[in-house]
Amino acid sequence: MKTIKVLGSGCKKCRTVAEAIETKIAAAGADAQVVKVTDTAEIMGYGVMSTPAVVVDGKLVHSGSVPGAADIEGWLKS
Amino acid sequence: MFQIFTLLADFVTVDVLGLDPAAGFGAALHFFVEDVAKIFVLLSVIVFAIGLLRFSLTPERSRQLIGGRNKVWAYPAAVGLGAVSPFCSCSTVPLFIGFLEARIPLGVTMAFLVASPMINEIAVIILAAVVGWKVAALYVATGLVVGIVAGLVIEKLRLERFVEDYVWKIKMGEAACCAAARGLRRRFDYAWGQVKEIVGRIWIFVLIAIGIGAVLHGFVPAAFFADYANASNPFAVPIAVLAGIPLYGNASGAVPVVEALLAKGVPVGTVLALMMSIAAISLPEMIILRKVLRLPLLAIFTGILFVAFTGVGYLFNFVMA
Repeated sequence: MKTIKVLGSGCKKCRTVAEAIETKIAAAGADAQVVKVTDTAEIMGYGVMSTPAVVVDGKLVHSGSVPGAADIEGWLKS
Repeated sequence: MFQIFTLLADFVTVDVLGLDPAAGFGAALHFFVEDVAKIFVLLSVIVFAIGLLRFSLTPERSRQLIGGRNKVWAYPAAVGLGAVSPFCSCSTVPLFIGFLEARIPLGVTMAFLVASPMINEIAVIILAAVVGWKVAALYVATGLVVGIVAGLVIEKLRLERFVEDYVWKIKMGEAACCAAARGLRRRFDYAWGQVKEIVGRIWIFVLIAIGIGAVLHGFVPAAFFADYANASNPFAVPIAVLAGIPLYGNASGAVPVVEALLAKGVPVGTVLALMMSIAAISLPEMIILRKVLRLPLLAIFTGILFVAFTGVGYLFNFVMA
């Protein structure tokens, strides 16, 4: 099962991202779960300075903006 | 080029509603219609254009560009990159920590944090279009200097001890991310996303500011400002700066207020001081910074900006008088 982490200190955009990913998971019936990471130290541990950022199975795939629908679908497939 | 917005406002005020655009409610409405149309069109176009250009400029990139430089380069680089790089205030904390972690000095980091909200290319272009390029150029030049001065003062005072302890303990991972996300299609998506996000975030502030500008324009007589906010009243500038602190605005949102005040004959230094204060110091911003700065540093930081903005106000009132 895939673990998708959404990094961000709890601003509106970060919630938007988490919800968008959850919607896509439900729509695709993908075997994945979304975890929100709000701890600054953990966020910085991924080398991220601009949130929201997305980590898929421990690998940073996106940072600094709300990702597009195509990006999210790509992460669920790969 | 901007006449179309004046014509639109003429049409609504005079032809449709039959009001007198020279005074009172007619004047306020004229100002409101013209500015709402002009500023929102400009805002959308500019945010889109800038989004296309700065697609690849991220805070991580700024950190690389500033880190490890000697001070002569680090300060100008910090305020310059601060001016052009976008970041939402919810990224202030990670950005601050990330800079210090890359051994960028506290002064340089603070210079970046001052310049970033204060000089924002979108606001500067709108200011140039609405008020004139001279005022816009003055605003940028003094903003860059204020950023550098604030950073240097913080460096000289050796205030590192007032940074929260946990900040120094955080170790950052290597960012190896997202370099593949290039291409024209992506660029357009990003730029369009920026328009939706930025306009969606600040429209209410812009609208309120235009409303304030319209009321000033239509109902407050020029004599009021001539009496209280003239260049010879030494309190006008500090009061303008103080008034700007609680106003949570966005530099773009301050433009209509600036426009109305200048038209009423308020001296340009006083108006620039107000705009800088609205953009750079605000209560929500201070609450966010409190997470990484202890109170003494936060107070010193605000104090430095207060003195700097007041100085800018006096200087321009003196020079341009």
